[in-house]
Amino acid sequence: MTTTTGTRIRGGIGESVKRPDGIPKLTGNFAYASDLTADGMLWGATLRSPFARARLARLDTAPALAIPGVHAVLTQDDVPGRKTFGQITPDQPVLVDGEARFWGEPAAVVAADDPETARLAVAAIDVEWEELEPQVDMEEALANDEVFRYAPVRRGDQEATGPVVVEGFYEIGMQDQAPLGTEAGLAIPDGEGGVDLWVTSQWTHEDHDQIWRSLNLAPGQVRQHPAGIGGAFGAREDMSLHIHVCLLALRTGRPVKMVYNREESFPGHVHRHPARLWYRHIARDDGTLVRVEAKMILDGGAYMDTTPAVVGNAAYFAVGPYRVDSVLVDAYGVRTNNPPAGAMRGFGVVQACFAHESQMDRLAAALGMDPLELRKHNALATGDPMSTTGQIIETPLPTVDVIEQVAALPMPPALDTADPLRLPGGTGLTTTPEYVTRGVGYAVSIKNIAFSEAFDDFSEARVVLAPGGVEVHTAAVEVGQGMVTVLQQIARTALGVEQVAVIPTDTSEIGSAGSTSASRQTQMTGGAVLEAARAVREKALERGGGDDLTSEGVWLAGELVMSMDELCADGPIAHHARFRHPPTEEPDANGQGVLHADFAVAAHRAVVDVDAELGLVRVVQVDTAQDIGLALNPQSVRGQIEGGILQGVGLAVMEELIVERGIIRNASFTDYLLPTFLDAPDVEMVLIEEPSPWGPFGAKGIGEPPTISSTPAVAAAIRDATGLELNRVPIRPQDITGT
Amino acid sequence: MDIDRPTDLDAALDALRQAPDATLLAGGTDLMVEINFGHKRPEHVIALRRVEELQELNGAVGAGVTWARLEAGPYRALAQAARTVGSPQIRAAGTLGGNLGTASPAGDGLPFLAALDAQIELISAAGARRLPWDEFLTGPKLTAIAPGELIHSVILPEEIPERQEFGKVGVRNAMVISAVMACVVRFDDGRTRVAVGSVGPTTLRARRAEEMISAEADPSPAALAEFQRLVAEEVRPITDHRSTEQYRRHAAGVIARRLLERCLR
Amino acid sequence: MDIRFRLNGEDRAVDAGGTQSLLSLLRDGLGLPGSKNACEQGECGSCTVVMDGKAVCSCLVMAADADGADLTTVEGLANEDTLHAVQQAMLDGGGVQCGFCTPGFVVAAAHLFESHPSPSTDEIREALSGNICRCTGYGAILRSLEKLAGR
Repeated sequence: MTTTTGTRIRGGIGESVKRPDGIPKLTGNFAYASDLTADGMLWGATLRSPFARARLARLDTAPALAIPGVHAVLTQDDVPGRKTFGQITPDQPVLVDGEARFWGEPAAVVAADDPETARLAVAAIDVEWEELEPQVDMEEALANDEVFRYAPVRRGDQEATGPVVVEGFYEIGMQDQAPLGTEAGLAIPDGEGGVDLWVTSQWTHEDHDQIWRSLNLAPGQVRQHPAGIGGAFGAREDMSLHIHVCLLALRTGRPVKMVYNREESFPGHVHRHPARLWYRHIARDDGTLVRVEAKMILDGGAYMDTTPAVVGNAAYFAVGPYRVDSVLVDAYGVRTNNPPAGAMRGFGVVQACFAHESQMDRLAAALGMDPLELRKHNALATGDPMSTTGQIIETPLPTVDVIEQVAALPMPPALDTADPLRLPGGTGLTTTPEYVTRGVGYAVSIKNIAFSEAFDDFSEARVVLAPGGVEVHTAAVEVGQGMVTVLQQIARTALGVEQVAVIPTDTSEIGSAGSTSASRQTQMTGGAVLEAARAVREKALERGGGDDLTSEGVWLAGELVMSMDELCADGPIAHHARFRHPPTEEPDANGQGVLHADFAVAAHRAVVDVDAELGLVRVVQVDTAQDIGLALNPQSVRGQIEGGILQGVGLAVMEELIVERGIIRNASFTDYLLPTFLDAPDVEMVLIEEPSPWGPFGAKGIGEPPTISSTPAVAAAIRDATGLELNRVPIRPQDITGT
Repeated sequence: MDIDRPTDLDAALDALRQAPDATLLAGGTDLMVEINFGHKRPEHVIALRRVEELQELNGAVGAGVTWARLEAGPYRALAQAARTVGSPQIRAAGTLGGNLGTASPAGDGLPFLAALDAQIELISAAGARRLPWDEFLTGPKLTAIAPGELIHSVILPEEIPERQEFGKVGVRNAMVISAVMACVVRFDDGRTRVAVGSVGPTTLRARRAEEMISAEADPSPAALAEFQRLVAEEVRPITDHRSTEQYRRHAAGVIARRLLERCLR
Repeated sequence: MDIRFRLNGEDRAVDAGGTQSLLSLLRDGLGLPGSKNACEQGECGSCTVVMDGKAVCSCLVMAADADGADLTTVEGLANEDTLHAVQQAMLDGGGVQCGFCTPGFVVAAAHLFESHPSPSTDEIREALSGNICRCTGYGAILRSLEKLAGR
């Protein structure tokens, strides 16, 4: 089959093609969900639980409805269809059903003429809560058997032992995705009982499937459209205001818009699971791993969301990219009254990686061995079984290569300046060079790509060739990562035609593309576009009787034999593809099986400057070597890697939701600290290109690995600088000073 | 809502006389946060950013002087503090008067004023009065300002030592509210003052530490350590979502000692 | 109450609408959604505009107090055919991902380059330290602007 054109197409794969949405975003003309308006539009607002757990003793909407300009006040009683929602198990009430189970849980929604009136109406609702004792400790929740999922792994000789044993306890705080765009949606009734919804979502079809059930409509009566999204990182994989805004629109018969403010956004979406992990590594004197044991608890918060899948990932990646024949893992996701946890970049592997990489450093210290030599000695490779699941790894897995390549990158120069911008504490002038110690640390990770554990993972795309150019239709959501660019590039290269537009498509027009998450869209929707584009090209060549296709038409032996107009005389040439990756299985009772579709490895090296007396850190540089299959767009790859690393740095040294009795104490950008320009390290990288067996042109997903091993690398570097154990991230100043 | 936008002091005072309980708006960087989140809903606002007389920066510091001007201004430690206030955008709008009016324990400009024993000049249609900084700041987010009054300026003493240093400890390298901050000034005769913020209901002075170190003409490492210990002992921090009582106590001593070291160089 | 200001080079008379912020007025009242609302407390820079020659957070300006001001928003930087040099640099350098912070960065950077045509790397970093980007890790933004600065 001919797959590429004879001449290299402009804007095809491998080039740093500019984003098609770049200019609108730079000029302020790109329409985000929060920018949408409609004639006669009302504004929605939400009444939320002020407690982590409370009985809703009274809720009287009358005082709010009495305010001029208020058009509707809705409660759980007003939900006409399924009263609950949830991606895996619909366990969350659309609105509080008598008992609020987390702080900020929506209890009622209002629609009013303007945002201010809507806010006044929320305040006017007559509500009485009886506070109940919340369950906020994850170990107590486990003891009480409040378990969303238990994922065990038993592999190999469970009696295996060896001379060197290291144990450790590790803890991860609650990180938030904190996308810059908050939750936003606009619902417009269609006048025939149905509704169109534009909303911030990572997976329109999954949302849609939940929304129509709660609205008690037929699936076709609800159309969910992709809308401009200001970042996601997992925060939009579960629903927020989707059903609420539709309910209000259908009740009032008018368009309704809702936008969460930042204070609402924090409890308004799921977060990364806080976790506690207990590990034991057993090795021979030469460093060969003999056995790894891990117990892990992930706090899923009040509702299930994607906790079961996150727990699976934590369990099956508990060992990291290392070969070991004897493994025991007990991973639990528990229910508490803390803010619900769900998807965030790295999805369970972040928690496991912080622990296993900290363990590998401890083991190296116990063995008196170089930490990188220890890792290389045990490195997992293609053809090996996964140490947890036993799955034979078929994809290229350049574990040794990523370690060696990152270690070979040049180190930053020694600290040679008293400029505060280059010192811990920055413009605060806390630190002068004599108080600074430099540290260096490494970490390595392995992550699955796409959905796992027998999930029927597919993506649909339709490619349409017409004289004006090519249209690629997909419901895959662009969240900022550059997917629209990469899909264009794939279509260009596969077809040989340069004019390609990616058309965001609503749920009524095309089937699911799956979620923009799990590092999967390049491989999945990219795979669907490639399949469809290749089929279109074959049809065109057949129709034209030629051997090559360009924007001008079909060619045979270097001669144009049919123009594009002639080619499409009977209509555009189209092909609809549904792409699936190689099937995966359910784990057996011991967590064994072919659970994952593809894997990627990455290594990070962090260099930090630490002011140990004040416990302040400046992350100087974080370098990486990452297994990416193929760089479809090198500039986008670099952007994903740098951005992912900074989120990993954030978790290492500053990002944490402080939760007391289930209540978030820092639900603002004043106190949930995101790294600024002055906190961002320099980044050097090596891209390792060994083609994936099924990614388009061999590309692998790249979004998550940068966030996974960057955190433990920074932690290792701070340990190197201070000599402290530091078993918890984020590492706070008081963890370093010991005060 | 009503708004007055006076362009001179007389007009501002006249507006304030007519509406003594009006909300005063300067740079807006504190007030608008309260309004945006529905915590305040003023009925009457007097906007002061156009009042020429509040812009003075010469011997006295007008209440309307922005952080951006102070960052490039004549007072070293105040400039250091100004550089740490919020973001460049905040510094372009926010004012020293606003810092005083808000009276947050974490107000970045306040330790400098406390270290210099600055006075706050308040003015109303009835006349002006001056209060020492520690009589003006009466508690967390509480001041002695009376209805009908506005903050005119900060009066600095005639003798301002050249040796003055400010430092702010926070988890982020920019745009952060301090866990603790301090300002140390040292006169040529050895008199030393240390003011610490975010470690008590208001900015406070560590007077025992001052007394001890002021008597040391050429402080030894042991004296510096004792100074650090006394500062840590004298502060009154709490644990909250930004830091812990223990860390703040420790860091207050450390930053004060380091600032003193810099003053001694 | 009615106020007058100059907005992107045009004199306007508008209703400031109570205590609302300039950001709300721009977005909801004047149909200029380019300035973004991401935190409403001056901690992200997404709503940066230039007011009387200073880059400020429009979320922290009371609209009613903008009377008489000369305002430039992101919509006022580019004309229909030509991007501002900062926009072109960020487009070429890959400094845009989700784009929500982008208008704020563009306005703040354009303001920086107006007063410092050739800022140093650290001047760029500090001048933009009030603009949060969650996607890029700042690397591509820095490279874009360093290139523009001739570095």
